[in-house]
Amino acid sequence: MPELFAKSALHGQKPLTRAGVTLSEEVLGPITSVACFPGKRALVAAQLGGFPAPNRREGNLLWTGPEQAFLLGQAPDLSGLAATTDQSGGWAALRLNGETNKLLARLFPIDPRSLTEGTCLRTPLFHMSAVLTRDDKGVLILVFRSMARTAWDEIAHAMEMLQAREAIAG
Amino acid sequence: MRLTCPLCGDRDRREFYYSGSEDTLTRPAPDAGDAAWDDMLYLRTNPAGVTKDLWYHESGCGSWLVVTRNTVTHEILATERVADRKGAPK
Ligand SMILES: [Zn+2]
Repeated sequence: MPELFAKSALHGQKPLTRAGVTLSEEVLGPITSVACFPGKRALVAAQLGGFPAPNRREGNLLWTGPEQAFLLGQAPDLSGLAATTDQSGGWAALRLNGETNKLLARLFPIDPRSLTEGTCLRTPLFHMSAVLTRDDKGVLILVFRSMARTAWDEIAHAMEMLQAREAIAG
Repeated sequence: MRLTCPLCGDRDRREFYYSGSEDTLTRPAPDAGDAAWDDMLYLRTNPAGVTKDLWYHESGCGSWLVVTRNTVTHEILATERVADRKGAPK
């Protein structure tokens, strides 16, 4: 067996700063999707120390749909309570820091002002399925790993355009 | 055009996939006969006024919605999750 090592989706990509926003890759550890079986959400919440309401994150749990969340970390045994699938390495995470609202307005069809800390939305990044959340460090965008470079490219392009517009405005 | 998803809130039309009349939620019994199945599968009314359609919150939460809208005024009158209508347990 050859020696294998894990690479992140955007391995080697340097952070980019334009128009007061810095875009960088964030390397997440294990991700477990937790989909509650019918009527079991309260029991799952008891095991995980909570379960996020729609459009919210709760600790390391990100809401991803009805009765469903991503746990950033390993899940305990939830046999009989929820379907758990290992999503580690299946998603790429992009971090935005700084003055993000003008940029978000160009990327997502939602009001960026609604993305307060603790919010977690399902909304598309152009044509890409995404999870969009804000924590105490800034904005975090999750896309399918196969979409990582496309997502980076789209966001970087919007940042360049925003910077150009600011330069013209003086 | 915007639709209010009962879970996600007020969202842009591009997040949704349109899937036609809510008629397809109501299936005839297997032995109801050709006429009843033909009616469910193929025959649609085309009202000028209030209509109910199925929409899928494809790039949002993945819920199927029943949307009540007015084809004359373009008003959206109500949105409801199919899962809630069917009484899905939480
Ligand atoms: Zn929704």
